Amino acid sequence: MANIFEKFIKAFFKNLFRRKKHIKLGLYGPPNSGKTTLANKICEDWLGESMGKVTNIPHETREIQIKEQISIKSGKKEISFNLVDTPGIATKIDYEDFMKFGLDARKAKKRAKEATKGVIDAIRWLDNMDAVVVVLDATKDPYSQVNITIIGNLEARKIPVLVVANKIDLKKSKIKKVQSAFPQYHVVGISARYGTNVDEFYEALFKVVG
Amino acid sequence: MLTLQFVPYSEIEYISSVGRIRKLLNIAKENRIVLLEGRLRKEEETELIKATMEEINKDFKGIELSVIYPNKKESDLFKRLKRNFVNMLLGDRQGLTIIGPASIVREIKKDPDKIQLLTEEDSKPRKRRKS
Repeated sequence: MANIFEKFIKAFFKNLFRRKKHIKLGLYGPPNSGKTTLANKICEDWLGESMGKVTNIPHETREIQIKEQISIKSGKKEISFNLVDTPGIATKIDYEDFMKFGLDARKAKKRAKEATKGVIDAIRWLDNMDAVVVVLDATKDPYSQVNITIIGNLEARKIPVLVVANKIDLKKSKIKKVQSAFPQYHVVGISARYGTNVDEFYEALFKVVG
Repeated sequence: MLTLQFVPYSEIEYISSVGRIRKLLNIAKENRIVLLEGRLRKEEETELIKATMEEINKDFKGIELSVIYPNKKESDLFKRLKRNFVNMLLGDRQGLTIIGPASIVREIKKDPDKIQLLTEEDSKPRKRRKS
């Protein structure tokens, strides 16, 4: 009788924590690295809808965006999470850079103001994350201090990290350089835009989140 | 003209995180490039980015930040423990932190031991003299 009771208690708590497991999976990285493109790919694959607007102008995502209860499956394995797409983290924002993309001064200044707020929000949200996918542009220098600071902070907070080297469809991309910059992490090379290697990405996600 | 200001670790050792960030950001806002002995704590680096974003306006566009840190893997456990213990007690004095105002420093390239400061002047096209 005591044995049955013990089993019941164990199963109860196990289910309780399983149900409570609303993992927040954050997408972090510098501006224009493809965070929203990856978020859209994940949402399209598992929800059949996209998540946010993508353009080639930096700081397109200037507010935290959340898509709740995404379940991804692989064989018998299944994980559920709330996907949090964050604004790109930068150390400088100049409205004149936006004007190079054809925005007028008023719109460029507004965008710059919203972008600075977005960076602050993204940093504030670090503490809320249960796991993070750091999305880097594989054609850019991985040793940028923003990348190192983001990953260092996640490490200090003991938040599991998966590094994604995005844009491998481009000739200039160098996955090995990203791997050598962050040798302690599993680096998955993908093209979120064309869906290249996303299966490997989902497998890696199971290891980090599951 | 570029002005570099060296900040020895002893100057920030006994001040709070907020005070450290304020001090370094104020120097950068005066259009000087900070060369800090050692490095900030990881959380302080993100706080520096946050504080920078809060201060961006038409005159101040932000900063370029880079940390050069000795990346030698010490196989000797005792040496590693000793270094961690010293860092814990006295702060991380190893390496060098560079903070430059974005209006002057366009990019800091690190590869990973060599460092290059690309200034805004470098990126401007030079006028040819007519002979």
